[in-house]
Amino acid sequence: MSANFRTAEDGRIDRSRPLGFRFDERSYQGFPGDTLASALLANGVHLVGRSFKYHRPRGILSAGADEPNALVAVRRDEARYTPNLRATQVELYQGLSAESQNRSPSLAFDIGAVNDRLSRFFPAGFYYKTFMWPRKAWERWYEPWIRAMAGLGRAPTLPDPDRYANRFAHCDVLVVGAGPAGLAAALSAAEAGARVILCDEQAEFGGSLLAESDATIEGKPAATWLAETVALLALKPRVTLLPRTTAFGYFAYNMVGLAERLTEHLAEPDPALPRERLWQVRAREVVLAAGAIERPLVFPGNDRPGVMLADATRTYLNRYGVKCGSRAVVVTAHDAAYRAALELHRAGVAIAAIADLRTAANGPLPEAARAAGLPVRPATTITGTGGRLRVTAASLAPLAAESDRRGAEPLTCDLVLMSGGFTPSVHLFSQSRGKLRFDGELAAYVPGHSVQQERSAGACRGVFGLAAALADGAAAGEAAARAAGFSAARARSFACHASGFGTGGIRSVLPNAHGAKAFVDFQNDVTADDLVLATREGFHSIEHVKRYTTTGMATDQGKTSNMNALGIVSEALGKPIPEIGLTTFRMPYTPVSFGILAGPSRDELFDPVRTTPIHDWATAHGAVFEDVGQWKRARYFPAPGEDMERAVARECRAVRQSTGIFDASTLGKIEVVGPDAVEFMNRIYVNAWSRLGAGRCRYGLVLREDGFIADDGVVGRLAENRFHVTTTTGGATRVLAQMEDYLQTEWPELEVWLTSVTEQWAVIAVQGPRSRAVLEGLVEGIDIASRAMPHMSVAEGRIRGVPTRLFRVSYTGELGFEVNVPADYGRAVWEEIFEAGQPHGITPYGTETMHVLRAEKGYIVVGQETDGTATPDDVGLTWAVGKTKPDFVGKRSLARPAMRAPGRKQLVGLLTEDPHFLLEEGAQILAAPNQKAPTKPLGHVTSSYRSATLGRTIALAMIAGGRDRMGEMLYVTTAERPVPAKVTSPVFYDPEGARLDAA
Amino acid sequence: MQRFSALSLIRHSLGGHLGWQPQWRSPEPKAEYDAVIVGAGGHGLGAAYYLAKEHGMRNIAVLEKGWLGGGNTGRNTTIIRSNYLYDESAALYDHALKLWENLSRELNYNVMFSQRGVMMLAHTVHDVQIFKRHVHANRANGVDNEWLTAEQAKEFCPPLHIGPGLRYPVLGAALQRRGGTARHDAVAWGYARAADALGVDIIQNCEVTAIRRGTAGAVEAVETSRGAIRTRKIGVSAAGNTSVVMAMAGLRMPLESYPLQALVSEPVKPMFPCVAMSNTIHAYISQSDKGELVIGAGMDAYVSYSQHGALHIPAQTLEAICELFPMFRRMRMLRNWGGIVDVTPDRSPILAKTEVAGLYVNCGWGTGGFKATPGAAHLLAWTIAKDEPHPINAPFTIERFRDGVVIDEAAAAAVSH
Amino acid sequence: MLLIVCPYCGERPEIEFSYGGEAHLVRPKDPASLGDAEWADYLYARSNPKGVHAERWRHTHGCARFFNALRDTLSDRFLATYRIGEQRPDLA
Repeated sequence: MSANFRTAEDGRIDRSRPLGFRFDERSYQGFPGDTLASALLANGVHLVGRSFKYHRPRGILSAGADEPNALVAVRRDEARYTPNLRATQVELYQGLSAESQNRSPSLAFDIGAVNDRLSRFFPAGFYYKTFMWPRKAWERWYEPWIRAMAGLGRAPTLPDPDRYANRFAHCDVLVVGAGPAGLAAALSAAEAGARVILCDEQAEFGGSLLAESDATIEGKPAATWLAETVALLALKPRVTLLPRTTAFGYFAYNMVGLAERLTEHLAEPDPALPRERLWQVRAREVVLAAGAIERPLVFPGNDRPGVMLADATRTYLNRYGVKCGSRAVVVTAHDAAYRAALELHRAGVAIAAIADLRTAANGPLPEAARAAGLPVRPATTITGTGGRLRVTAASLAPLAAESDRRGAEPLTCDLVLMSGGFTPSVHLFSQSRGKLRFDGELAAYVPGHSVQQERSAGACRGVFGLAAALADGAAAGEAAARAAGFSAARARSFACHASGFGTGGIRSVLPNAHGAKAFVDFQNDVTADDLVLATREGFHSIEHVKRYTTTGMATDQGKTSNMNALGIVSEALGKPIPEIGLTTFRMPYTPVSFGILAGPSRDELFDPVRTTPIHDWATAHGAVFEDVGQWKRARYFPAPGEDMERAVARECRAVRQSTGIFDASTLGKIEVVGPDAVEFMNRIYVNAWSRLGAGRCRYGLVLREDGFIADDGVVGRLAENRFHVTTTTGGATRVLAQMEDYLQTEWPELEVWLTSVTEQWAVIAVQGPRSRAVLEGLVEGIDIASRAMPHMSVAEGRIRGVPTRLFRVSYTGELGFEVNVPADYGRAVWEEIFEAGQPHGITPYGTETMHVLRAEKGYIVVGQETDGTATPDDVGLTWAVGKTKPDFVGKRSLARPAMRAPGRKQLVGLLTEDPHFLLEEGAQILAAPNQKAPTKPLGHVTSSYRSATLGRTIALAMIAGGRDRMGEMLYVTTAERPVPAKVTSPVFYDPEGARLDAA
Repeated sequence: MQRFSALSLIRHSLGGHLGWQPQWRSPEPKAEYDAVIVGAGGHGLGAAYYLAKEHGMRNIAVLEKGWLGGGNTGRNTTIIRSNYLYDESAALYDHALKLWENLSRELNYNVMFSQRGVMMLAHTVHDVQIFKRHVHANRANGVDNEWLTAEQAKEFCPPLHIGPGLRYPVLGAALQRRGGTARHDAVAWGYARAADALGVDIIQNCEVTAIRRGTAGAVEAVETSRGAIRTRKIGVSAAGNTSVVMAMAGLRMPLESYPLQALVSEPVKPMFPCVAMSNTIHAYISQSDKGELVIGAGMDAYVSYSQHGALHIPAQTLEAICELFPMFRRMRMLRNWGGIVDVTPDRSPILAKTEVAGLYVNCGWGTGGFKATPGAAHLLAWTIAKDEPHPINAPFTIERFRDGVVIDEAAAAAVSH
Repeated sequence: MLLIVCPYCGERPEIEFSYGGEAHLVRPKDPASLGDAEWADYLYARSNPKGVHAERWRHTHGCARFFNALRDTLSDRFLATYRIGEQRPDLA
């Protein structure tokens, strides 16, 4: 099978360095410059894949991004296994290992091909019409079977070890596509002085120039001009050249997404290199020079391996030095195929016939073909092909015979060239939200009205032929530079000599294609009949046809199929193409890896990790951390052999009996300063602040304007015009945003300044009866005796020389202090306190213990007791609300009927009958033990802990009318049956608050 | 209506599939209907179907400005579940889920409802509390939901990375086994075909431009791009356009419309057996029958009707996907698209009568309308036919915002998909 | 990603900003005097237009200032941005 189809000398491959590679189980040889597709074709391999639905043998159709058939997986190792790559885009390297997909057991013999035999039973949408009975059968049998048949390649199974990079860039002119139009545009724009980025999806710049055989530009062979032009551009400091870079998406405000592939073509990539890099380019002006895509012809057996796009065979010949076969039949509706036939003929490929679907084949290219002795047959169609894994014959018949296969004459061949003309690539233009226009003369959609700062040039706007493309590109580049504020010294023009491009084209099926397997969408196995069936069944919008038949929904997104599908639907409905509509061109132009979009984000880079100044100390002391927002918080400090339960019990006892030390640095902190600070606080908080003296603190509660609790925290009044506000860890940003919102937009007359100081202060909570004793020797300039510094007060001084804001506050119910020191001193002060506390048995504790201690006291956690639907009264905080204030954020909403209605859920305590049974947080509360679902629970458990202090479990709950249920026995759901629990006050420990002053 | 079955498929196969009839007609609008539904998505088409089937109203039109099923019905990630926190929501979505379970046979159209299980991942202690609350609440409500440990979650969904090394390790998951996915287009087509068979006129390319009200304020007619149509009952079910349509009747709605993006990968062989969702790191993912990974991305930040979002939104989603499923980095995004979702202040829908006599509205489903399709349709039909809500949708009024009754799923779980 | 002209800082990418919802909804001076329906209207009803939308943005990761903008919600193009307290520009 490894026949040699390589020409003697043509092409851009480096014949001096043969490369070995594998496809499935066989080894082959190719050269640098090859794609996997060209290397396989050089070895005579056409069969490379199986189709999606019928598992039909498929070969290489095209030479580029439009390839629907030749999908392969490339495997460097299991972690670097990439499915569904187009062989036409995979660059060859030494040792490349590729495999075919969607076949079992082998490409040549695929069991799934039975679907092809049964295909008459599987028309478009067949699955909507059956598999409905019995009910469970869909999931048990049918769906698994359909799923197994579907899919293409397989997903990699190991984490991808490669890196992905990300970059933002700006430029004056971004040129997409480095074919003749794009190169000319880049040259013009660069010469006008614009900062230019030129990108092209291929490894080499040049586009169609890479396959030119005899054209000259500026008197030089096209290849020479290309090399010189690229070299010239590369020398310009304001020009960035990005080969192997696909412009995949066009977004608002002229942002274009580029996917650059950096290592995929290398045999042994430098591990330091990222695999791909995402460029997000904001361009003043964009020139789209994306080229055009050749259309296949829709005839029976048009999918057989060896049936190829005519122009693709030219590319293989001229660029890669590969003859795609020995004897070709050419079928065309466009002159361009004659050029392919002529060049193949010159290279020694026999041309059995050129069937031209047009009644007359004139013009320079057909004439040249005739002059070269090629058998040109106008008004001739192809009625079918023969062969199994490779085309062996093509049947031609005169069009006039109105017919069918009777007049058909089978011609032996191993290659069929087809051309239905060219479809301008308007994907990016359409993504830019520009309006497409149907050009009746070209019978194609071309860019119409632009919405963003872009212009198209060359084949992508229907300007075909080398000379025209160069001129169009130069004009577009010059215009783009001018629009970006640069004036060109002179309009560029290129003296160009090339064979003409010719005219022609068809979008639809060929005669005889109905009632046979004539494919429109190769990858999804959509035939012309499928499309007609859809219209017969009432699917008249092109979007409906697309979704019902899946045409255009494969991994090529219909690059080769959409125009033909439109033509067929247009004929079936008897409406002109523009009336059928057009499916949306969706991002991305060609598939882009998840990795490139995720970029460097991974593990610790997935989301910033916020740590406190005491974090490393906690780590060193064995803390187990939990995630709270982006913060890492120490949850508990297990001693050797302790689990969480035992550690927490020990930590709780320490705080209640002697003293504990807790890192509260994550608390949000905002400084509210200014002459109107107190007025501002009055409006934002439910509390009244006017009478709070300097040096005193108060528990503050913030509502949203809809009356529900947003956040809480202790607020200290440092001076007449200065408040030190604390918020919850998770609420800091939200509270500041709410404050700024009202201050800037509702009350701009207030002279208040807000500063987030969360990360400026480390906060060390020292809690427990011995806390004063621990701090006494450390604090300078503050009298911390109870009389001088009562509960809920704040003073500024120093602690071991470090400026300190010392709060006497308690979230534990014990005598306690919160030491605020500048963050840089946090760890040092923490260690000083820890050291000073040693004689008192000071014990570090984490958030879990903090939770237990506060729950014993019935203190709420916003977000745990509340869930965005709780009012202050619901959680027993009516006392905090300033009664005489005319207004505050959320006040009016509290007056709405449902906010005051009886039967709202209220915060209560719950004690299980079994004192050791621990309820699950979130468990539901029922009125009776044997309520059957569905039932409407009375409420739910919000917090539940083992209380070492009380020697039993405790829980907080939100229960409908809860405060009127004191002493009632209710039932709480568990994984098994509901358990009884008694409604109590939420304050389980020291309800009088005596311990706040116990020392 | 031509019955669909394996037998009919075989019979038509032998006839070269020439005998299939249109699945629905393309009628010209009549001058008057007993009820007009605005919006031919799954909800609107379904409402017409149930009006015809269960309430005997046959003179009905569904008006669609584009092509039927072309709005959010055809743009979502097809996740179906009913494990909502509040009693009212759970009842609403479970009503829908029960209808889903027999929908293919009800409509004689395979909507490919696949109860693959929907797993919601918990990454923090707070998540665990919230999802356990869901589990308990759902079970009390008669809705299945169960708690899985991280290891059980991985067993249920082998590609899942649960840690260590994960920035937000998986601490467990809530699993609703009855949840799953369906084929979104088929839902619209199935309802359209079944409604059409009952005489409902589905009028595509017919944009409502005005709502006419009589002297007493009740609705009288809709003006459309294809002429005026008289009717006494208008059901607005036009997700992504509700504010615009309701403004025609003079109503200002508690709604904002945001672009919501989604994407699919290239198809691969089956390997992802369920639906996995993470509210904390914002990802949800399943694999379609075709083999594509179907991934929901986030909402863009601002009100918009453009159906075009920015690149950083899917990029953030894929960061989360790659974090949870690190072997997917080499998978490739095939298509990305956007829809427009109408969001209410409490993220729960409005399915109710309005202050305008004869005007009914079904809106505000936010990111979660698809899963409700049969339920919303059924209840909207009921509300229109009886001029009063069914007990299940009675709580979902517009007035709840005036009165301060919120059904705030979003408050408990940051995102309500 | 949109490009937004902050009236204080100039043109910046969208990711530096937070969206702030509909603009020119002035908080009533005396909410207590409002009926429930009027209060709900202030709290919840939104014009949500298809077309020109007056909306608030905050240059959160910049100057942190709120400002107003007019944007076409069909095309997402900004038509104007202006400072809080300034009149909504007349585009006609």
